Amino acid sequence: MSVLVIAEHEQGALKGSTLNTVAAARALAQEVHLLVVGHNCAEVAQAAAAVVGVRKVLHADAPHFAAQTAENLAAQVLSVARSYTHILAPATAFGKNLTPRIAAVLDVAQVSDIIEVLAPDTFVRPIYAGNAMATVQSADPIKVITVRTTGFDAAASSGGSACVEHLEAVADTGKSSFVGREVARSDRPELTAARVVISGGRGMGSAENFRILEPVADKLNAAMGASRAAVDAGYAPNDWQVGQTGKIVAPQLYVAVGISGAIQHLAGMKDSKVIVAINKDAEAPIFGVADYGLVADLFQAVPELHSALG
Amino acid sequence: MKVLVPVKRVVDYNVKVRVRSDQTGVDIANVKMSMNPFDEIAVEEAVRLKERGVVSEIVAFSAGVQACQETLRTAMALGADRAILVETEVELQPLAVAKLLRALVAREQPALVILGKQAIDDDANQTGQMLAALADLPQATFASRLEVADGNAIVTREVDGGLETLRMQLPAVVTTDLRLNEPRYVTLPNIMKAKKKPLEQLKPADLGVDVTPRLRTLKVSEPPARSAGVKVPDVASLVERLKNDAKVI
Repeated sequence: MSVLVIAEHEQGALKGSTLNTVAAARALAQEVHLLVVGHNCAEVAQAAAAVVGVRKVLHADAPHFAAQTAENLAAQVLSVARSYTHILAPATAFGKNLTPRIAAVLDVAQVSDIIEVLAPDTFVRPIYAGNAMATVQSADPIKVITVRTTGFDAAASSGGSACVEHLEAVADTGKSSFVGREVARSDRPELTAARVVISGGRGMGSAENFRILEPVADKLNAAMGASRAAVDAGYAPNDWQVGQTGKIVAPQLYVAVGISGAIQHLAGMKDSKVIVAINKDAEAPIFGVADYGLVADLFQAVPELHSALG
Repeated sequence: MKVLVPVKRVVDYNVKVRVRSDQTGVDIANVKMSMNPFDEIAVEEAVRLKERGVVSEIVAFSAGVQACQETLRTAMALGADRAILVETEVELQPLAVAKLLRALVAREQPALVILGKQAIDDDANQTGQMLAALADLPQATFASRLEVADGNAIVTREVDGGLETLRMQLPAVVTTDLRLNEPRYVTLPNIMKAKKKPLEQLKPADLGVDVTPRLRTLKVSEPPARSAGVKVPDVASLVERLKNDAKVI
């Protein structure tokens, strides 16, 4: 058995999601290879070689990989895919976009969003927004899998010494072209990697009110998140959305402010180590999962919290 | 220009599903079923393209049991012109649906296929990408903005950390994210009109597709429960708890 992990990287650095995915791969087999596809990404390949548990790094470099389009990346993965029993990628926007193309061409099922490996062909994955856990078995010769990053502790990013092998880049499929990217500029930690997350819900009332969370986030060095209701209402950008259809987070501390706790939101944060809920409605379902609940008007409690944090 | 919009019949968004005591699945007997919310957004987007004069015909598609006809009628009440149901009692997995769609894409030759990014039952997030690969089409997933002009689709995608814009030559596959649009409500006159619109029925074999499931569900269980903690009386005691008990700040 051998496992190919597709590396997610950005601006010359390996993303944390790749380390969680390597950990899932190690639960399957000893022979783990990490594939780095990009443009001018030799540094990433070097970083990949240092990840503990990686036996070999495959590196394909070409200008048409710069935009990381699914069409070109899938073609590159398919150039080596048939040598592996498992192909893994993180269940992030990057991995979700890419892996089904690979599975379809290989004519195998994909197992999305696994949180546990029970056997080389048997995995646990949440369904119905995390309201049920399905144990699924794949009979296909190659298993194409996306990994929920919060389900696996990250592999160490240094200490390994894998060899780096150069791969011939596949030709540009020319299927789509990249127009541009608007990256939300933020000095805060990334939502899925942050130690502390503070999220607001519909109770925030407006985009302007949402900003009262910022000083608290600054003090806690927290990433900011939002419920789907808050995103739908236009209070917060979509990439802040925590939940079934947004991001799945599991920080050390999750602070939910003015969030009622819809099932779909809980699906995105209930694996956090410590959950704090601040809501004026004592009956809000969020209190059912919170370690510490404060029934209070958030417009008083949040400034108080800011002062109390000193 | 023709648009194909696949829609899935799923347990309604507001229903809290219960795991069956024999762990064979979730209990969907007698629960409200609706169109997958992301697919509703896909239908709405197609209708808006038609209203702008970009699209001339909208074909809705569904696959599954006979009751999926209701979902297709809803799609037609929202504005689809006709519908195709591939009827089967077999549990359909994304690869099988993508193969059915590839066959229909070959027959119907749509310029655009707009799908929901994921269904809220199996949360797979696969079908659109699989179809794109099988039909050898470009894809833009998680769309929050779609423009069609001069034989191209320009799509803004929701990606981690921001937005990304792609240009694709048509035909192409687009999957919808939440902020693409807000679907309209179905009106009674439109429900009546939808009843008269054509609904074609096919079997998987008519399209030459083997829909046998590839994944076997061994069991479905309750997620580990997280128990409620304590209520704190004020902010000061909250901070005290976080510092001294939980030691997270």
